[in-house]
Amino acid sequence: MNVNFLGKQLKSPTVLASGILGNSFDILERVHGAGCGIVTMKSIGPAPRDGHNNPTVIDLGHGLINAVGLPTPGYRDMDEEWKALEKRAFPLNASIYGGSVSEFVEVAKFVAEKNPDFIELNISCPNSEKHGMLFGTNPTSSFDVVSAVKRVTGSIPVIPKLTPQALSIGEIAKACEDAGADALCAINTAGPGMLIDIESRKPILAYKKGGLSGPMIRPIAVRCVYEICQQTTLPVIGLGGVTTGRDAVEMIMAGATLVGVGSAVKSRGIDVFSTITRELAQWLDDHGATLEEIRGAAHG
Amino acid sequence: MEKKPVMLKIDQVQHHNENYATLFFNHGIAFRPGQFIMVWLPEIDEKPYTVSFHSKERFGITIEAKGKFSQRAVALKPGDLVGVRGPFGNGFSFEAHASVCFVAGGCGMAPLAPMIESVPCSKTIIQGARSDDYLLFKDRFKTADVLYSTDDGSFGQKGFVTDALADAMAKNMFDMVYACGPEVMMKKVFDLCEANSVRCQVSLERYMRCGFGVCGACVCGKERVCVDGPVFESQRLRTLDDFNKKALLKSGKEVSLTDYFSWRSV
Repeated sequence: MNVNFLGKQLKSPTVLASGILGNSFDILERVHGAGCGIVTMKSIGPAPRDGHNNPTVIDLGHGLINAVGLPTPGYRDMDEEWKALEKRAFPLNASIYGGSVSEFVEVAKFVAEKNPDFIELNISCPNSEKHGMLFGTNPTSSFDVVSAVKRVTGSIPVIPKLTPQALSIGEIAKACEDAGADALCAINTAGPGMLIDIESRKPILAYKKGGLSGPMIRPIAVRCVYEICQQTTLPVIGLGGVTTGRDAVEMIMAGATLVGVGSAVKSRGIDVFSTITRELAQWLDDHGATLEEIRGAAHG
Repeated sequence: MEKKPVMLKIDQVQHHNENYATLFFNHGIAFRPGQFIMVWLPEIDEKPYTVSFHSKERFGITIEAKGKFSQRAVALKPGDLVGVRGPFGNGFSFEAHASVCFVAGGCGMAPLAPMIESVPCSKTIIQGARSDDYLLFKDRFKTADVLYSTDDGSFGQKGFVTDALADAMAKNMFDMVYACGPEVMMKKVFDLCEANSVRCQVSLERYMRCGFGVCGACVCGKERVCVDGPVFESQRLRTLDDFNKKALLKSGKEVSLTDYFSWRSV
C-alpha cells in the first residue's frame, strides 16, 4: 500500500512509534522488513543518560505503563550507529529531545547533518521533569522549540510529537504550524499514571509515575488527532493504541495521514505493521474506499 | 491479562557458599527451563533471573552475589516479599534426542539445572568455573556423570569447559549441546559444535527493561533477547553478528562485550 508523505514514498502508512525498539540499525531494519513505512529512532538527547531504574515498563493487559526515562548515548556518542544508518534502505525518523531551546537546536543541528528523512521533536514525554512534556504543554515554548529547530534543519521535515496533557492540543498544534512544523505526530503517552503494589505498599515503577499507552488510550488519541485537524492543515501521524486495521481506519477518519504503532508490538508481534496494513487494505477494499477519501471523513 | 509483579513470600534461603544463594517460594509457576522472570525488590531495582529449581508447587531462583542488587537479594530472609513478573522468553527446546550434553560456566548452571532434571535421555554434564567456590550445584545431579573443570585447578580438571567438551565430543555423538555461561565460553562451545556438525542452544544475557519485546534495551543484532531468546539455536547463532561482540549499555550505547560485562559486574 504505497503512500506519499512529505514527498517520500512509503510502502505502508504505518510508523514505528518512538521509544519502541529503535535502539539500533539492525532492529530498525528488521521493523522496516516487518512492513513498517517509517521507522523512528529512540529519542536522542544532548548528553548520555541512563533513564530510570526498573521496573520501567509494565503490561496492564489493555495497554502499557512506562517510565523508561529517555535513555540515550547522547548524539555525540553514536558514531557507529550513524555510520550504519548512512547505508539504510528505509525511511528514517530521528526523534530528538533537549532540556532547553538551545539544547534542542544543538541536537537538531548535528542530527540534520546525518540526513535522516524526518526529524521528530519530542516535546511530549512525561517521564522527565526537565524534558519533553515541559515544552509541549505550553503553546509559546512549543513555538520557540519548533521555530528555533527549523532554522538549523534545512530541508529535512520537522515533526513535533504532541502530548495529550496539553490543555488544548489544537492550540499547541497551531503554534507548531505557525512555527514552521512540516507535520505533527500525536499522541505521546497519556496520564501519567501510577501503580501501587498493595502488598509492599510502594509504587511499582521506579520513577513512581509513567505514561499510559495502548488500547486504553485510543479514544484520547482519536479525539486529539480530530482536534489537531480542526486547527491545522498539517499532515498528522496519528498514534495511541492503534492495534488493528480498523483502529487505523478510525485514526485516519479523525484526520491522520499515517498511523503510528507502538504498544501493539507487544500484543501482535513485530509483524503487526504488515498485519495492520493488510487489514486496512482489506477494509478499504470491502468498502470500496480509498485512504484519501476516508481521511478526515469524521469531520462534518 | 495484566502482568504486574506478583509479590511472593520467601519460604527458604539456601546459601550454597559465599557466592551463591537460592531463594525458594512455595508457589507454582508456569515455567519452561531456560525462561526467565523479572525479580523486583521494591525501591531497589528489578532484574532478570532464571528459575533454577522447579516443581509443581515450589520454585527457586539462584543469585550470584556480585552487585548492589544481588547483594541485597542474597541477604533476604524467609518471610520477606519479592516481586515476580513473568516468565518471559522462549526457553530451551528438546526433541526426543538420544544423547545430549550440558555445558555450564559458573552461574550458567542455574538455567541448565531444571533442564538437566527434565530431559529423559542420556546426558553428559560438563561444569566449570574460575575456581571451586564458583561451581554451582556441585552435588545436585545424582544420576548423571559430571565432568568438572576449574581455571585454577582447585576442583576437577584444570582448564576450561571447552577442553572437556572437545574430549567428550571425540567419544560421544551428541544430538544437542546446551550451554550457558560467559558469552565467550558459549561462542567457543558454538564453534566446537559447528566444527563437529552438532547442534547447540545457548542462553544469552543482555540488560533488560520490559521483558516482552517492546523497549529494545536487550537487542542483539536483529534479535530481542527477551522474546526472540534468551535461548538461541545454532541456525540463528550463525547470522547473529553481535554474538560475543557487542551489547547495549543502559543508555543504549553500543559497546564491546568486555566493556558491557565490566559495567554489569558493578
